[in-house]
Amino acid sequence: MKHWKENILAPLAFTVALIVLWDIACVLFGLPATVLPTPSAVAKALVQYWPAVWTNSLQTLMTTLLGFGLAIVFGLILGVAIGWSKLIYGALYPVMIAFNAVPKVAVVPILIIWFGIGTIPAIFTAFLISFFPIVVNVATGLATTEPELQDVLRALGASKLDVVRKVGIPRSMPYFFGSLKVAITLAFVGSVVSETIGANSGLGKMMLDAQAGFNVELVFAGVAALAILGIALYALTALVEKRFTGWAFRAEGIG
Amino acid sequence: MMNAGESLVVLDHVSMTYGHGKHAVKAVDDLTLTIHKGEFIAVVGPSGCGKSSMMKLISGLKPTSEGVLSIEGKRVTGPINKVGMAFQAANLLPWRTAVDNVLLPLEIVEPHRSRMGREKAAYRHKARALLASVGLGEFTEKFPWQLSGGMQQRTSICRALIHEPEILMLDEPFGALDAFTREELWCMTRDIHQSRGVTAMLVTHDLREAVFLADTVYVMSDRPGKIVKVQTINLPRPRDLEITYEKPFQDLVHELRSHIGKH
Ligand SMILES: Nc1ncnc2c1ncn2[C@@H]1O[C@H](COP(=O)(O)OP(=O)(O)OP(=O)(O)O)[C@@H](O)[C@H]1O
Ligand SMILES: [Mg+2]
Repeated sequence: MKHWKENILAPLAFTVALIVLWDIACVLFGLPATVLPTPSAVAKALVQYWPAVWTNSLQTLMTTLLGFGLAIVFGLILGVAIGWSKLIYGALYPVMIAFNAVPKVAVVPILIIWFGIGTIPAIFTAFLISFFPIVVNVATGLATTEPELQDVLRALGASKLDVVRKVGIPRSMPYFFGSLKVAITLAFVGSVVSETIGANSGLGKMMLDAQAGFNVELVFAGVAALAILGIALYALTALVEKRFTGWAFRAEGIG
Repeated sequence: MMNAGESLVVLDHVSMTYGHGKHAVKAVDDLTLTIHKGEFIAVVGPSGCGKSSMMKLISGLKPTSEGVLSIEGKRVTGPINKVGMAFQAANLLPWRTAVDNVLLPLEIVEPHRSRMGREKAAYRHKARALLASVGLGEFTEKFPWQLSGGMQQRTSICRALIHEPEILMLDEPFGALDAFTREELWCMTRDIHQSRGVTAMLVTHDLREAVFLADTVYVMSDRPGKIVKVQTINLPRPRDLEITYEKPFQDLVHELRSHIGKH
């Protein structure tokens, strides 16, 4: 643990300080629990409603990961296709940009009309919101193959497929894994947004119900659960990134 | 060796143009020359005059616009895997070790490509031996970021040689190296040429490098590149670095210098 100070101590200290500050603010300004409950009240709510928090977290996690999985599959396919051919790039790019510009919240009602209230709109929203960065990153990675290296291989009679397989795809992997960190966070946002609009379960739905019942502690417990889940998912993808593209970090002298 | 070997590459009034119509850029013009088997030629000339383009022509990466280019009597119409190329940037794959980088061409070129699966061990052995022959015996399992610039360049040249090409093409391969490393790699290149009898084409801006390594130096004019001077280098082989300090060598360098950039 060479960097334990900046990697563990500093973030831990900052987080604790933030919670303490929150607690002091609640007491100092005499905020009622219906506006901002104290951290301890939120912690209590987390324990008290643990079964609900737990099952809804699992639901949100499930829809997030399924949407994310779809985003990986389609993002990779589309990214390789776009990076492969200028024609495909030209054909798809305007539509993709337009598609990405549409706020996904606006799409959720359509998904609900098509698939009904439930799990599927959440999965699709997660997928739709998270696949764009994967596509763009994979395509960029493919497009950055050095022309001289292409010459070296093409002079040997390498086909375009050879060049993409041996150089393009491995080269785009750091971009791909880098985009996963962004994509997983977006997928998570997509799931929760969809759940707050129309779902039977999930953290978004739980918070919506808690709000309707003026259970502010539970709303905040939901926020806390979201934050923890978000960190866990991010950390997981960051770990995967480091594991699979260590060469990219080392080549730049970071790791 | 000199020009005694049979002719390998023949260019007959070859020119090459990039683009069409009003965007057309003529890169090289009216090249007529013969490269003999085992000969070492160097091409020098001002920046942008078409030296790299000439290399791309001979390797079949770019088609000729006019004239005829043939290798071993056959007209070149596309890439022929008889060449190995190395450039100023080593362009090693950062996710592969030195030996795996050297093996890359064998994963492309037949018949090695289909044998790769079965004879992986034999091929690795061959790649390691090649790396060892350029002084990298202890670095075969290192990644590019663990190698110095000179070592990366050696590895890149090994990659160009592994499939035993007929012609080794070097495009300013030592341009990014410091003077001492550069001279070491001159000697390495000299030894490779000597021991393998490979035909070599070197593009360089360094006239001393051209005179030290080559049998024949071609001087090109500004774009579109034409050959304005052919200089035979009759210095006896094997050449030692010492000769670069002697008068005959320096006279040749001066002579070549006087032909650059004045046409
Ligand atoms: N792909 C290309 N498309 C259009 N023009 C090109 C292309 N590649 C090179 N050229 C042009 O052809 C001319 C010759 O280029 P080339 O790369 O062969 O020069 P060079 O002699 O190798 O130069 P340098 O010494 O700087 O490497 C240049 O004027 C360049 O602008
Ligand atoms: Mg050049």
